[in-house]
Amino acid sequence: MRVYAVLVFFIALKAAGNLSLAWGMKHLAHPATTNPVDYVLAMLSPFVALGVVLLIVSLLARMALLSYADLTFILPVTAVGYVIAAFLGKFFLHEHVSAARWAGTVLIFGGAALVSATPHATTPVAGSGEEA
Amino acid sequence: MKWLLVGLMVAATVASDLLQSHQMKRAGVQSVGARGLWSILRLIARRRFLILAVGCMAISFFSFMALVEREPLSFAVPASASSFVVETVLARFVLGEQISVRRAAGSVLVLIGVVLVGE
Repeated sequence: MRVYAVLVFFIALKAAGNLSLAWGMKHLAHPATTNPVDYVLAMLSPFVALGVVLLIVSLLARMALLSYADLTFILPVTAVGYVIAAFLGKFFLHEHVSAARWAGTVLIFGGAALVSATPHATTPVAGSGEEA
Repeated sequence: MKWLLVGLMVAATVASDLLQSHQMKRAGVQSVGARGLWSILRLIARRRFLILAVGCMAISFFSFMALVEREPLSFAVPASASSFVVETVLARFVLGEQISVRRAAGSVLVLIGVVLVGE
């Protein structure tokens, strides 16, 4: 059960991080140009900084997941993030989501559901004394 | 240039994920509480293969940024999804993970979905 709780935590953190980053970048007082310094200055924006922190924590959470779940389990299941990104982009950032993109999100959701019904670890996990 | 960037991005993503998966499973079960996340940070600092994994992740990120700068996102996203196929095959042969028919079918659906999302 823990693996699913951490998966939800990771997916939520990553979605919130990406949304905060995208929102912050689109509402900068001085929009970034091709100058790399602009991107460093953008980090001072509260939403961009919050987004970066959330994405770093989500990265560490994914590493925790990898300590007891297969890579071939985590990769497809966490692709649900694409579905959430499509919804957040549409409802919060008012982005256009094409029919093909909605079809893609449905396939991702179906595929992730199939994979999530398989055992999350098929190789030994150190310290657990068993194949989880 | 664009295929060089795609190759670099895919190779770096695959290397990073395989190294992380191998190293984290050897490190034992980690939690996601504040103490657990701090422990993962210390683990990264101690294990050279995890440092290498983070380096590969950075290469992958900047290759993707460079690709997006030159090519449309509708090319970059599906191109980045090709790492999904390589990782699944290598996880079977390098990490020894068992890929059942259900897991393989689900992974194929997700892959098609990711390509469509990039349209």
